[in-house]
Amino acid sequence: MNALEIADVWKYYGDFPALRAVALTIEPGSTMALLGRNGAGKTTLLRIIAGLSRPSRGSIKIQGLDARDEATRRRIGILGHGIALYDELSAIENLTLFGRLYGLHNPRKRADEMLERVGLARVRDGLAREFSRGMRQRLAVGRAFLHDPEVLLLDEPFTALDDRAIAVLQSMIQSMRERGRTIIMSTHQLREALELASHVALLQRGQIVHTGERVQQMVEDTGWLYRTYGDN
Amino acid sequence: MFLRLFIHDVWTIAAKDLHSELRTKDAWNASIAFSVVILLLFSFSFDPSSDQVREFSGGLLWMTYAFAGALVLNRSFAREVQNDCLDALIASPVSSAALFVGKALANFAMLFAVELVSLPVFVLFYNLRWGAAQVGPMLLVLTLGTWGLTVIGTLFSALTVNLKLRELMLPTLVYPMMIPALIAAMTLTTNLLAGQPLGIGIRFLVAFDIIFTVLAVVFVDTVLVG
Amino acid sequence: MREKIIIGLAIFAGALLAWNMNTIFTGLPDELNQGAIYRIIYFHVPANILGMLGFGLGMVFSIGYLVTKDLRYDALAASVTEVSLVFASIGLATGSIWARIIWGVWWAWDVRLTSWLVCWLIFGGYLMLRRAIDEPNQRARFAAVVSVLGSVNAYICYMSIKWWNTQHPQPVLTIRDGGGMAPGMEAPIYWNLLALACFSAILVMVRMRQESFAREIDTLRRMAHAQ
Repeated sequence: MNALEIADVWKYYGDFPALRAVALTIEPGSTMALLGRNGAGKTTLLRIIAGLSRPSRGSIKIQGLDARDEATRRRIGILGHGIALYDELSAIENLTLFGRLYGLHNPRKRADEMLERVGLARVRDGLAREFSRGMRQRLAVGRAFLHDPEVLLLDEPFTALDDRAIAVLQSMIQSMRERGRTIIMSTHQLREALELASHVALLQRGQIVHTGERVQQMVEDTGWLYRTYGDN
Repeated sequence: MFLRLFIHDVWTIAAKDLHSELRTKDAWNASIAFSVVILLLFSFSFDPSSDQVREFSGGLLWMTYAFAGALVLNRSFAREVQNDCLDALIASPVSSAALFVGKALANFAMLFAVELVSLPVFVLFYNLRWGAAQVGPMLLVLTLGTWGLTVIGTLFSALTVNLKLRELMLPTLVYPMMIPALIAAMTLTTNLLAGQPLGIGIRFLVAFDIIFTVLAVVFVDTVLVG
Repeated sequence: MREKIIIGLAIFAGALLAWNMNTIFTGLPDELNQGAIYRIIYFHVPANILGMLGFGLGMVFSIGYLVTKDLRYDALAASVTEVSLVFASIGLATGSIWARIIWGVWWAWDVRLTSWLVCWLIFGGYLMLRRAIDEPNQRARFAAVVSVLGSVNAYICYMSIKWWNTQHPQPVLTIRDGGGMAPGMEAPIYWNLLALACFSAILVMVRMRQESFAREIDTLRRMAHAQ
């Protein structure tokens, strides 16, 4: 069974199609880099996969189930632009909360382990609003990976991360790949992201214009993909 | 199994909201202060010691609750907008219905607490006489009336949360919708304070509460998931 | 074709209205108790009927949108509700003027007047909400929810104000419509209703056209920004 199957998905804003006939298949264990310029539809597509938005037409199946299905949402992890954490709660309280929301057996223990993993165990009782930006980002990474998701959605994950947060994220993505989990990340072709990817898909004006395995040339020459498959 | 999960989720969400509010006390402080100020302002506009006050005591009290309550209700979903927490909640396994009910319960608890605190202030300012027999029925009216306000306010808080002019749109939409519940609660309260028993107005409150709780739970998913 | 229908309806309605006005002002005598002002009923009643029907239709079209996700249902709901709000305003204003002359008060907490005012506020809020949302599908979705909730609420409101009135003794005000009208006086109400219904159909069609243009412009703008 495929990790993700997107068939003929359209998304309209009014009568304007932000996504057109998008079809994508992602095999389990692959790391897909979703590329495209701003406004191409990457975030729109990711939001639909995450279950935050419904397609106007078409279907999304994640491990055979609908994106809004409760079982599906249990298996998806999300790291978006906002850190999705409560400023007035402490690090341990934040992670324990999300542990409960995702139905983990021992949320507090798992939260403690994750804080250790992202290097925030020392400040577990500190309030999120007191953290530096880098610490907040690491806590967000902890939240996304807390419930050991089978499918991970990352929206431009390496933008605006400091070096320590990037290191933590890279190591967690790597460990997920080793365990055969699926990762989908939208990206502006940062080298770090492309190096991790096994597959790429290029989105242009709401349509997938290319999808296939990642090629070394993409990593070395960031404009190559657009020149080859884009329309400029 | 589903019910157990639902209750677990509702409880987690309600506890989170209450926990957050207790930490910051933003809405709580504003709401209490606002209700005391309103009661004070009203007392300047007429002589609080006159007997006529009894006639509109219920109206005054519930108007105060409605205005002060708007502060709490607005905060309900507004607290999720910062840092994109709302997206994280919607994407989590928690159903929209559980999210709504959890938040509504938390709002209810906060509103009820504000009301319990401002009630003695009200009785004090307006020299009203209380009987022990009135406490039970009063609590019933407070509970049913507050739930009506909460259910409407929480749903519309979800609806207006991402709009520009959120602070303007919420009161504009919510107050007309609250009118049936407010009318019933106001009249029942006035009757109680005048020593009369509760009448059929209670049925209105119950009907209003049931109808709008059901409608809210039905529509909340449409509102939250685009 | 559309223009022909609109013009045809306008001519028909205009002629009907003119003929009816003639009947009302020259053909009918002044009413026994009320004098000349009773004639306001020929606008007050049709306006209120159309307003109420319109709000109900708005709810139906809103449900239509929620089920089919077709934006044309949303356009219909918005157009019908907006036109109804105009008629509700006319109903409230004419009612108020009549009350001032006959009862000496600009306003009375009569169940129908009060609940009609609340209705006006609810659907006024509906239109304000529409203006606050940019994206057409989100606007349609939220407006539909408000329309359904508002319509249910309007009905409950009517019932609760009726009950509230029993708690507060009201000055006894004479019934102002239906009942004891002389045969010749009742017919013009229905003719006016027909004429105003035609006008409201015209207004809805014009509004629908505006909605269609607005959608097109919105789409073009998005296309332009996407480049």
